[in-house]
Amino acid sequence: MTAFDEERLARLIRALPPAPAGWVRAAQELPLARTELDAIVARAEADAEFRRRLVADLEAALQAEGYERDPQVVEALRVRFKAK
Amino acid sequence: MASTLSDSQLVARCRAGDQQAWADLVDRFSRYVYAISVQAFRLPESDAEDVFQEVFARAYQHLDGLRDDAAVRPWLGQLTRRLCIDRLRAAARERPVAEEELASTEAEDVLAVLDEALAVHEALAETPEHCREVLDRFFARDESYRTIGEALDLPPGTIASRISRCLARLRELLEGRTEGGSASSSL
Repeated sequence: MTAFDEERLARLIRALPPAPAGWVRAAQELPLARTELDAIVARAEADAEFRRRLVADLEAALQAEGYERDPQVVEALRVRFKAK
Repeated sequence: MASTLSDSQLVARCRAGDQQAWADLVDRFSRYVYAISVQAFRLPESDAEDVFQEVFARAYQHLDGLRDDAAVRPWLGQLTRRLCIDRLRAAARERPVAEEELASTEAEDVLAVLDEALAVHEALAETPEHCREVLDRFFARDESYRTIGEALDLPPGTIASRISRCLARLRELLEGRTEGGSASSSL
């Protein structure tokens, strides 16, 4: 970059408006979602009955066990277990 | 408050499992990732949101594979572009578009502006809080003098002069970086 007149600076500041707050929060919570995902996967690998229920009806099984139904976790589990 | 850590320090802390560092990293690059998808590639909001989450999910998952911690910005930029193009390709299966439309010259021009804008925002993060706040609110958040005045408890008449002084300060900071040859290393 070379010349920084006020107009150009204003334009460049304006070029990066904030991303929607909800998107940012969801991305920031990834580590927590990851921790929960790992815990559910570990349990499903150790507990065949829990795994069977996950595959049969993922959301119902999570709800019955009191897990938060974070959309990212649910989607990851659906892919992993090819659940309904 | 924005993290004062360098990109590489932030990445190292994320890799060590520091959740606050991860939140700061997302905060630092969220505008950049968002702007690439909606300004350079003009994705609709729902696709842009999917790309946004996918970028950070992959970044979190593959942070260990990053060879140079200081290169996190171009890495995220590249990842975002790739995912945007994938989205456009998927949409093109339903509504055929020319290949050149997927990575147009116009998109490249916008990407160059966004890189420059990110450097300016990084310099802005080094200015005093009162400057950061007023410039971000007025230009990036498009708030009126009245809204800013109410939020910062300032008479509207003071805001214009503060904006002008803060822009001058930001300009000095950027020109100092360029003259010192440190602009690229601080990105």
